[in-house]
Amino acid sequence: MAEAEGEFDLRSLDDAELIEQVHDDMYNGLKDEVEQATHIFLERGWKPDKVLNDALVEGMRIVGIDFRDGILFVPEVLLAANAMKGGMAILRPLLAETGAEPIGKIVIGTVKGDIHDIGKNLVGMMLEGAGFEVIDLGINNAVEKYLDALEKHQPDFLGMSALLTTTMPYMKVVIDTLKEKQLREKYIVIVGGAPLNEEFGKAIGADAYCRDAAIAVETAKRLLAERRAARVH
Amino acid sequence: MDAPARKLVIACGALAHEIAALRKANGWSSLDVICLPPELHNRPEKIAGSVREKIRAHRRDYDEIFVAYADCGTGGALDAVLAEEGVERIPGAHCYEFFAGPAAFAELAEAEPGTFYLTDFLLRHFDRLVIQALGIDRHPELMKTYFGNYRRLVYLAQAPKPDAEAAARKVADRLGLELVVRQTGYGGLGSTLRNFAGRPVVRTWPA
Repeated sequence: MAEAEGEFDLRSLDDAELIEQVHDDMYNGLKDEVEQATHIFLERGWKPDKVLNDALVEGMRIVGIDFRDGILFVPEVLLAANAMKGGMAILRPLLAETGAEPIGKIVIGTVKGDIHDIGKNLVGMMLEGAGFEVIDLGINNAVEKYLDALEKHQPDFLGMSALLTTTMPYMKVVIDTLKEKQLREKYIVIVGGAPLNEEFGKAIGADAYCRDAAIAVETAKRLLAERRAARVH
Repeated sequence: MDAPARKLVIACGALAHEIAALRKANGWSSLDVICLPPELHNRPEKIAGSVREKIRAHRRDYDEIFVAYADCGTGGALDAVLAEEGVERIPGAHCYEFFAGPAAFAELAEAEPGTFYLTDFLLRHFDRLVIQALGIDRHPELMKTYFGNYRRLVYLAQAPKPDAEAAARKVADRLGLELVVRQTGYGGLGSTLRNFAGRPVVRTWPA
C-alpha cells in the first residue's frame, strides 16, 4: 500500500536517525510509532536494555526537561508516557529473559484518602526504566498495606505520593509507624506530589522529597549508592 | 466623621461571581475586589507568587487586604507569603472545604476518596477549565488516565441556576460518575468576608 502523504518508513532511517525520530515521536506522544521503532531496533540486533536507555528513557528525559521548563504541560507528558509504556511493554519480557538483576527495589503507593496516581505512575515507570524493580501498591494505601508490602518484598525504598494537602500529612503517619516498629532505618523513604516541598519532606522525616519523576530516579540512585557505600565502610 | 476603612479582597477568579453577589447583598460598597485568573488552579505553584505581587501592588491604596483563597494546593506556600505580608486568607484546604464546611467536607472525602468536586463556577466553566485544560478535547483517550480512579461527582451548589443540576448530571454522565448534589450556599466564604468587611482594621503592615 502506498504511504499516506507526510508519512515515511521508519525502517528507511539509520540507527542515529531512528533514535532521533523515536525521541521526536515520544515527545509528540505517538505510541504506535514508538512501538514500531522499538521493534525495529530489536530486529537490528540491539540489546533490550540499550533500546530502553537510548530510545525510551532518553526520550522521556527530554520530555521531562521541557515539562520542568514549562514548555510541555501535563497532557503532553501523559501522552509521551503512554508512548513509552507501549515500548516498555515490548521490552519488559525481553529484559526479564536476560536475568539482569535490578539495581534496587522500591515499594511505591499513593497514601490513604488519595486516589491520584498520575505522578506516582510516572515515577514508577521512570524508575523501572532506570533498572529498579517497582512494586506498585496503587492508590489509597493505609499504613498497614505499606507495612505488609515492605515485609513481603524487603525493598530498598519506600516511595509515597499525595496530591492533596489534606492527605499529604498521612505520609508522616506511615513514617512514624516505621519508627515505632524500629523499621525506619531499614528503608530509604522518598516522597513526592504536587503540594509537597523539600521542607515538608524534612519535617515528616523522609530521606528525600522528589520534585518530579526524573529527580526521583536521580535521587534514588544517589541515595542507594550512599547507603551501599556506608555499609561497606 | 472618619472615612470608612479602605479594604481590598484579592480573590481567586473562581470566586468572583460569588463575592460580587455577597458584596451586593450585604451593601459592602467600600470593599474593593480584584481577582487573579482562575486558571492558576491548574498551576498552583504560581498562586503564592501571584498573590504576593497583587498585595504589594495595592498595599499603599488600602488600610487592609484579605485574600480569598484557601491553601488551594500550594502546600503551605501561600501561608508563608501571607505571614510575611501580614495578610489573612480563608481557612481551609480549598474552596470545596470552605463551601461545604470542614466537617461536612471531611465526611464526604472519608466516605469516598474518589470524589470529584464541582462548584457553581467549575460547573459553568467545566469544558474550558477541565476538558480543554487537561487536553481531553484533543486527546479523549486521556479521560481514563485523569478520571479512572474517581467514583462519584459531588456538586457543591452555591447559588445554582435552575438548569444547574441537569448540567451537573451531564458532566457526571460524561465522566461515568455517580452524582451527588449538596446545597452549600456560600459557606465559609460568606462568613469570613462578613467578618472582614464588618470588623475594624486589625492588621498592620509589616515594617
